[in-house]
Amino acid sequence: MPEPSPILTVSAASCRFDVSPPALTRLLSQQPRRILRAVENVSFAVERGTTFSIVGESGCGKSTLARMVVGLQKPTEGALRFHDIRRSDGSFGPPRVQMIFQDPYASLNPRWRVGDVIAEPIRELRLRQDEASVAQRVGDLLEIVGLSRADAERYPHAFSGGQRQRISIARALATEADFLVCDEPTSALDVSVQAQILNLMVRLQKEFGLTYLFISHNLSVVRHMSDQLAIMYLGRFVESGAAEAIFSSPRHPYTRLLLDTIPDVERPNRERKPMSGEVPSPIAPPPGCAFHPRCPIAVPDCSAVAPALRAMDDRLIACHRTS
Amino acid sequence: MNAPLLSVRDLHIVFDGRHGPLTALDGVSFDIAPGEILGVVGESGAGKSLTGTAVIGLLDPPGRIAGGSIHLDGQRIDNLPAEAMRKLRGRRIGAIFQDPLTSLHPLLTVGEQLVETITTHLPVGRAEARGRALQLLKEVGIPAAETRIDQYPHQFSGGMRQRVVIALALCAEPSLIIADEPTTALDVSIQAQITTLLKRLCREHGTAIMLVTHDMGVIAETADRVAVMYAGNVVEIGPVEEVTRRPRHPYTAGLMASIPSIHARHSELHQIDGAMPRLNAIPAGCAFNPRCGRAEPFCRDMKPGLPSASHAAACHFPLTEPAHA
Repeated sequence: MPEPSPILTVSAASCRFDVSPPALTRLLSQQPRRILRAVENVSFAVERGTTFSIVGESGCGKSTLARMVVGLQKPTEGALRFHDIRRSDGSFGPPRVQMIFQDPYASLNPRWRVGDVIAEPIRELRLRQDEASVAQRVGDLLEIVGLSRADAERYPHAFSGGQRQRISIARALATEADFLVCDEPTSALDVSVQAQILNLMVRLQKEFGLTYLFISHNLSVVRHMSDQLAIMYLGRFVESGAAEAIFSSPRHPYTRLLLDTIPDVERPNRERKPMSGEVPSPIAPPPGCAFHPRCPIAVPDCSAVAPALRAMDDRLIACHRTS
Repeated sequence: MNAPLLSVRDLHIVFDGRHGPLTALDGVSFDIAPGEILGVVGESGAGKSLTGTAVIGLLDPPGRIAGGSIHLDGQRIDNLPAEAMRKLRGRRIGAIFQDPLTSLHPLLTVGEQLVETITTHLPVGRAEARGRALQLLKEVGIPAAETRIDQYPHQFSGGMRQRVVIALALCAEPSLIIADEPTTALDVSIQAQITTLLKRLCREHGTAIMLVTHDMGVIAETADRVAVMYAGNVVEIGPVEEVTRRPRHPYTAGLMASIPSIHARHSELHQIDGAMPRLNAIPAGCAFNPRCGRAEPFCRDMKPGLPSASHAAACHFPLTEPAHA
């Protein structure tokens, strides 16, 4: 077990997109610039060997945050920093970061054999010296994720969704990755297959000391996977802390409503009170606290001043009404 | 039980392919009572959507009904000519699909679409139809319906579009609605709004729903009874509380146990190894036997039937006690 130390720190990161119409159109119709605030002033740290989850509804900025972490998107403001780590083989340096995508049908090249899909990062990073040891490594990886060595010869179309997600995981591990960003890795899968993939991910984390940044909208999956948890609403964290603490006593009204509205197989035919309203557009978020139009305990102040994320007991909360 | 509104008996659907016929539904039977919500749950490829498609008569070639019958209100509908089926569809059976954007015509206002549907099925004029359309939009909870009625689908959010689709399905006061994954494309908070709305409307209008979804949570909260499908068969059917709390079929039990719990964290999820068989490789005997922990050699020889009980499982060795605590 590695000693707890942050592997990633994100400090006050923001990501804004300029979605204005072309300059001439804007001039003629006298429209102002339109800025989409996908991620606003987000800070967190991820400990090595743990799972940090980010939960939220469509358009809350969770995928943009994931893309910033893997470097596919530059933050407009703020900084993301990976800390050097010492690996089990004795090497010391920045962690290798890989991503696992939601759709295993779109994330594998259909014209490449599975063996080549997995060998590509090994060849590219020159992690093995000759083709024989590359093939050896590919076979090992396939076995690690629960496929057979012979599967290297087949094409992605011959595999089911769950098996393809195993191939994606093998490809990510091929780089000897330390940090995996998983963007909705099981959303496209059936529940029985989802359970297989989640169990595999937990086992790999224990075996290789992996760190996960886990993005999902599925709260029960998040509960199963997470050590730390952050709930996002319109680009901001509204509540973050230890997953166990948040699930046992959610405190932000949005977290509470979210937990209240998810369908529950253990309580059939429960009469639930659905949350009214919808997530507003991140181009024109409501003034003050972005959640106030849907919040059951909002007061006039909530529409005036945006609440800052502040420490409260065991967690961080952005709400005027929670104390 | 009263006379069923919808009665599906021993339905077989076959796809004629280049390499011979593939059996997609292999003897599916169930009833839906008037005003009842029957959930049909299963994983991809189990045949749940196909069942819905067959009931509304939208099965496309090369798929065909190879056996069995579908009765609506005592009238046999699976062999109706296309024209008669077209009149019945929308009038007596409504439909709601997964993606509200593709279910709506992008170039017509929602009002035009509602009015067209109403005047097609009911003997009313355009003005009266518009009044009814407005009332429907209010009923499905669209704010400022008076202005929204003249807007186009792209001006609505996903949740609001699905409300419009529900209004369309309800236009002609059908006695049955086939809802195929109606909340899958929506966020959880919106999903709750839509299922609550569906439930309320069905209670008020006395409409029965066949709710097809892969999400056991949605079924548990919405349906009165549930049919669990696996590889083209109904493997278990019964009242939703019975099936979710005391599943009898090993597949249902495994499915329930593989859903992560929101109430507690377990170190490992129960998993059913393997995957649903492809249509060209459905095992002999019970289709679930290669993945089943309770399978005996006998299960490979003999396909289990579904007994006619209020809570029944198609299994030679059904569970009697809850499989998981």
